[in-house]
Amino acid sequence: MKDTNMQNPKISAKNVQVYYGDNHAIKDVNVEIADKTVTAFIGPSGCGKSTFLRCLNRMNDTIDICRVTGEIKIDNEDIYDAKVDPVQLRAKVGMVFQKPNPFPKSIYDNVAYGPKIHGLARNKAELDEIVEKALRKAALWNEAKDRLNSPGTGLSGGQQQRLCIARAIATAPEVLLMDEPCSALDPIATAQVEELIDELRQSYSVVIVTHSMQQAARVSQKTAFFHLGNLVEYDDTTKIFTNPDDPRTESYISGRIG
Amino acid sequence: MSPAQLTKDTRYMLPMYVPLLATALLAVAGYYFAAKRAAASAGGDIRKLAALPSQYGLFTALSVIIPTLAALIIGLSFGGLGGALPQVLLGVAGLGFLVSIYKISPDFRARTHAETWIKVILIAASVIAILTTVGIVFSMLFETRNFFSQYNWRDFFFSTEWSPNFRGNSALGIIPLLWGTLYISLIALTFAVPVGLFAAIYLSEYASRRTRSFAKPAIEILAGIPTIVYGLFALITVGPFLRDYFAQPMGFGDSASSVMTAGLVMGIMLIPFVSSLSDDIINAVPQAMRDGSLGLGATKSETIRQVVIPAALPGIVGAILLAASRAIGETMIVVLGAGAAARMSLNPFEAMTTVTVKIVSQLTGDTDFASPETLVAFALGLTLFVITLGLNVFALYIVRKYREQYE
Ligand SMILES: Nc1ncnc2c1ncn2[C@@H]1O[C@H](COP(=O)(O)OP(=O)(O)OP(=O)(O)O)[C@@H](O)[C@H]1O
Ligand SMILES: [Mg+2]
Repeated sequence: MKDTNMQNPKISAKNVQVYYGDNHAIKDVNVEIADKTVTAFIGPSGCGKSTFLRCLNRMNDTIDICRVTGEIKIDNEDIYDAKVDPVQLRAKVGMVFQKPNPFPKSIYDNVAYGPKIHGLARNKAELDEIVEKALRKAALWNEAKDRLNSPGTGLSGGQQQRLCIARAIATAPEVLLMDEPCSALDPIATAQVEELIDELRQSYSVVIVTHSMQQAARVSQKTAFFHLGNLVEYDDTTKIFTNPDDPRTESYISGRIG
Repeated sequence: MSPAQLTKDTRYMLPMYVPLLATALLAVAGYYFAAKRAAASAGGDIRKLAALPSQYGLFTALSVIIPTLAALIIGLSFGGLGGALPQVLLGVAGLGFLVSIYKISPDFRARTHAETWIKVILIAASVIAILTTVGIVFSMLFETRNFFSQYNWRDFFFSTEWSPNFRGNSALGIIPLLWGTLYISLIALTFAVPVGLFAAIYLSEYASRRTRSFAKPAIEILAGIPTIVYGLFALITVGPFLRDYFAQPMGFGDSASSVMTAGLVMGIMLIPFVSSLSDDIINAVPQAMRDGSLGLGATKSETIRQVVIPAALPGIVGAILLAASRAIGETMIVVLGAGAAARMSLNPFEAMTTVTVKIVSQLTGDTDFASPETLVAFALGLTLFVITLGLNVFALYIVRKYREQYE
């Protein structure tokens, strides 16, 4: 594999192995992810994209049988170090899930959830401002501003997903992990979310798992191709999609495996 | 013997089991006969039939059974039709058999017609459930009216004295009994709801699979203990314990039977209701909801308090109200734990009693169903019924309001 060391990576993973019981799901993955970039994880179903993504904010801790070894650093700090509180880490590394999962609360309370927990606002006015900003960033403000007090679960699927994105960015994370954020959305909502991801790149490091080659090509600058738990190839998106080094990458993007 | 005598003389009446047995046999025989006949009507090629042979069989069997059962119910409610009911039943069963057999042809859609009969059964079942409730209410209403024609309703609802006297001139005020009922239920719920809910939260959110696999059944065993056993526990263990270690040292009196005894023991009885219902409900909250909250950097207990419990709330409220109805209706634990003395007091270490206990005691021993002392039991029962009904309606209202908000 080509050397992909970069100057100041936001995230760097070394020799990461993940086991679910006896199932070796991630095999010795090394990767460095840059700040203010969109990085796409692609690969056939079951190859470990979600598993690896969940390592980056220690969501895997919530699964009893899951074991992670190796080293993952964010801003040069080992996130699996005993000193690190996974709860704090997750505030810094936000996550958007495949299926929209708004809380059974009002739209406002959904977005205000993180800021309230982490004490990001000193008063109601500040909280209002955070909520509005997050909703604007998630391109949901115009649709939601008149119904902030109605339940988030009453929105359409695409709106719900944007609400979940607003909820994640309201917590002011530095990294945003998105696991197939568009898989439940129609083309129009997908386009909106993609546009949003492109904007988020200004302020965050975004990692997105996707099954759509077109989407990876459209939104990302870097692409990582996983296969059977291995990171097969990691490079500039244009390079991966035009001239991949590994024959497996070549056959996956041309639709022969997966 | 004249014909009139013949119908009246029960010795000559067909015993009831004859038509019932005949109907059952006819249904079974009809099943096979119809299936055979259907196959034969298509010349042995069942693809030509509008339904499978077994569905023709089912149609015939149901055509025999259902009208006969209907005739049985109608006949019984008209006093057995003067002894002619067994013959009528036989006729109906035979008619059902003949008509359904006559209908068999390759074009007859036995499948959809059998479906109609099944729908009839289902409707009948719900009608029975509703009619029984209505029947219970009416029988209570009738006796209650009798009671109020002999006893002033204002005294019943507003008097604070309960002292029945079988020689007449009783004071039959419901207030002390209601007070005891509510006081004991309140203590029971105050104890059972937090314990049950926290146990459910621990089991569903924190416990490892192994702990869960023995803790959950262990709690559910509590639900299988007969209430009389709880009553004995209250009588010989909890009551004396509370008296010796709490009531006497603190100067609250020296009664072993007390509201506190009955309340606590009833609370223990209610724990499994609250915990196992809440546990199921909490488990039904999708994992995605928890992931969403944890992914925002919430701790486990924040997630439970702010996401899981609110999402599960309608069900939890339902579980609590169910427990409340149980508490209000419980009798045995009260008799043995709190005694049978009607009293109104704030002191939880004093003996009191409840509506259900008094219903039992008014109806045991020498009862005269014309005296207000006996009839009052029905007024008490009806009042209790109205209270639990109100509780259930309230629960439904809460649940629905919450659903509207969040679904
Ligand atoms: N909670 C879990 N418990 C046990 N095994 C798991 C769990 N989650 C994932 N795995 C296993 O880990 C491997 C990788 O799964 P993962 O979900 O990471 O794949 P993926 O690339 O995200 O697939 P998809 O594209 O279908 O989402 C699979 O073999 C899967 O069976
Ligand atoms: Mg996945």
